[in-house]
Amino acid sequence: MEIIKTKNLDLFYGKVQALKNINLNIEKNSVTALIGPSGCGKSTFLRTINRMNDLIDNVKITGEVLYEGQNIYSDYDVIELRKKIGMVFQKPNPFPMSIYDNVAYGPRVHGIKNKSRLDEIVERSLKGSVLWEEVKDRLNKSALGLSGGQQQRLCIARTLSVEPDVLLMDEPTSALDPISTLKIEELMDVLKKEYTVIIVTHNMQQAGRISDNTAFFLNGEIVESGNTENIFYKPLDKRTEDYITGRFG
Amino acid sequence: MNNKKILIKLKNEYIGRTYAIICGLLIVILTFSMMFFIFSKGMNTFINDGASLKEFLFSSVWQPDSDTPKFGALIFIAGSTLVSIGAVVLSAPISVALAIFIHYISPKLGDRMLQPALELFVGIPSVVYGWIGFSVLLPFIKSGFGGIGFSMLAGILVLSVMILPTIASISADAVKVVPKNYLEASYGLGATRWQTISRVIVPAAKGGILTGIVLGLARAFGEALAVQMVIGNSIKFANGILSPTSTLTSILTMDMGNTVSGTPWNDALWSLALLLLVISFTFILIIRAIGKRGE
Amino acid sequence: MDAKLKDKIWTIILYAISGFVVLLLLVLIIYILFKGRNFLSFSFLFGNPKVGEAGGGIAPMFFNSFYMLIVSLLITIPLGVGAGIFLAEYAKEGLLMNIVRLCIETLASLPSIVVGLFGLLVFVNMTHWGFTILSGAMAIAVLNFPALTRVSENAIRSAAESVKEASLGLGATPWQTISRVILPSAMPQILTGIILASGRIFGEAAALLFTAGMSAPPLHFDTISLIDKSSPFSLMRPAETLAVYIWKLNAEGMVPDASDIANKASAVLILMVLVFNVSARIIGSKIYNSYSGKK
Repeated sequence: MEIIKTKNLDLFYGKVQALKNINLNIEKNSVTALIGPSGCGKSTFLRTINRMNDLIDNVKITGEVLYEGQNIYSDYDVIELRKKIGMVFQKPNPFPMSIYDNVAYGPRVHGIKNKSRLDEIVERSLKGSVLWEEVKDRLNKSALGLSGGQQQRLCIARTLSVEPDVLLMDEPTSALDPISTLKIEELMDVLKKEYTVIIVTHNMQQAGRISDNTAFFLNGEIVESGNTENIFYKPLDKRTEDYITGRFG
Repeated sequence: MNNKKILIKLKNEYIGRTYAIICGLLIVILTFSMMFFIFSKGMNTFINDGASLKEFLFSSVWQPDSDTPKFGALIFIAGSTLVSIGAVVLSAPISVALAIFIHYISPKLGDRMLQPALELFVGIPSVVYGWIGFSVLLPFIKSGFGGIGFSMLAGILVLSVMILPTIASISADAVKVVPKNYLEASYGLGATRWQTISRVIVPAAKGGILTGIVLGLARAFGEALAVQMVIGNSIKFANGILSPTSTLTSILTMDMGNTVSGTPWNDALWSLALLLLVISFTFILIIRAIGKRGE
Repeated sequence: MDAKLKDKIWTIILYAISGFVVLLLLVLIIYILFKGRNFLSFSFLFGNPKVGEAGGGIAPMFFNSFYMLIVSLLITIPLGVGAGIFLAEYAKEGLLMNIVRLCIETLASLPSIVVGLFGLLVFVNMTHWGFTILSGAMAIAVLNFPALTRVSENAIRSAAESVKEASLGLGATPWQTISRVILPSAMPQILTGIILASGRIFGEAAALLFTAGMSAPPLHFDTISLIDKSSPFSLMRPAETLAVYIWKLNAEGMVPDASDIANKASAVLILMVLVFNVSARIIGSKIYNSYSGKK
């Protein structure tokens, strides 16, 4: 059953059209990978889902993006939306605060002040991103002292703290070393039990390893989308096959 | 439930946002009110006291406190102009030399000695410059060149030290951003460092250097106390670099405290202030124009 | 060969000019500190000025300078930071922003005497306050508003880069993002700007001549009130600051040891400015170090 659905989505930066007629369904509790060469629109598409594109002037969007059946632009308050749909970025960006305060930021901003509730949320979120054991004794130390991979898992914990339903990940491991990358990929299998994950990646092996469904973007359009095994082993479109086999991209 | 939501939104966003917007608008309001008030006070001389703009700008007869008041401000305009230009002529070459030194001759020394030195120069209050000018420079000029010490020369020397950091730091920024490939091209052709500096770097940076010079000129024009303490404040043209005179800022400093609001004398001083305002604004426009040309 | 010789000669010239400038600064500072070396006497620092006889002190003026600094900072900081937030986070590119930026440039380049005259017009005459600390502080606030806005805006923009998206992505409002994450990050840079501005404020005179006035009644610290004129903490009393006093000594010289007092007072002023400058550097690098690593 689908949790996110886009209908005839077009996006323009000024006069330039970055997304063309995107129709995509995202299944609940699945991991969907968005793949394609640089500049093909996959990150732009991802950022449409939690309305991060609102931050850019000159952006025009037509078509519909439905979350649980409701249009996120007309029927939803953007703040509520971002509680339900969280985002992890390519470069880890912890706040210059303690580990605890980083994870507690989201709940605090949404009005939760009770210390024991916050403690519980922090612990749950850090466990959810498999970071708890490594940091539980130094929650008050600055987040900037963590390694890159740990910082990214902290950012994931931070996103989990507001109890979203969907996690958007924009190339979350491209700035990390192979071991951290592996840890986060293992995390995805665990995360999808409770959440729906959409991940943008230019690493095709990663997409093949961790996702249930894949969408292949090219020049702002979706060329082909569907079950990951099908896309990778039995692509219908020649362009998909060329990309998967590495002829370009 | 809805009311609670609105209250929360208020606390989280709207109060803060409104505050920031008010501060931003305050800048605009302040600027416009400053221009408005000084304009209306300054125009009194022309509206109420019957002076003409031509007389104000071109006549050197300044007797605003006589029975038939005369409002010729030429002496002050000349004084300000000559002293400022003199200061720039003296200080610009030195400033550019410093800029070149900081970035191309010895960046280490430049960073550790020159930059802090320039910052300290800026930090010295203008009264102290004026005081040192008065207590050291004036006797020096008097004994070396004759006269009473109070002079345009003293004004020029004091001002040139005061505007040196301004021109130097802006020129340094301009000289720093000359594209590396110009330098590589020049050296690659076998030019010496000095040739590269004088034929490539300085011409390439001339927009920024010019901006620095105009800014220095503007600062010199607007400096009040330091100039007032050494220039002599006599209301006549300087007949030579060693004679005293007055500037727009010096006469304002001297006389504003002695006049009563509403009298022609007071109105005349406000007109001088308005003139200063107009000249400052003109400098800004010139600087913006230079900036646009550079692009 | 000729070109190489020229290169060497010019290099020497540039070294000479730079050395000269640094030397000049040292001479100026050492001269004043030497001439005024006797400032470290109790009767000078804590004594009242005398009329007609030698041996006066600068206590009230020194206190006035500090108090003026604090009051004007209390006004300028909220406004400057607010305007900086507006420009960095809320203003959209377009006509409004251009107008605001032009206003900032205009205000920033106004001669301080013009700002002082505006202060006279509005904060002294129009409000019927007369010469008061409040008038002076407002004039100084106008003077420093643009600089602090610029510092705040730059600090906020650079602090915002990495963390803004993360915060908004979690569902925080722009204001929450600013107040909880960006501003705290930007504080060190803003603080450095404030300390540097304090040095300038401490030495400011031209803007205060006609707003805070030139009289410094002896201060009796037994009354504490913001309004009662007999209290040193009153905002509504005239307050000659140290810099203004130096100017007045030179202009009116009503005591036989005016030169001596001016030298000592200048030494104090320069020392205070040095203290502010050095503090700004130390605090700036300390906070920077503590930020990029630990908490």
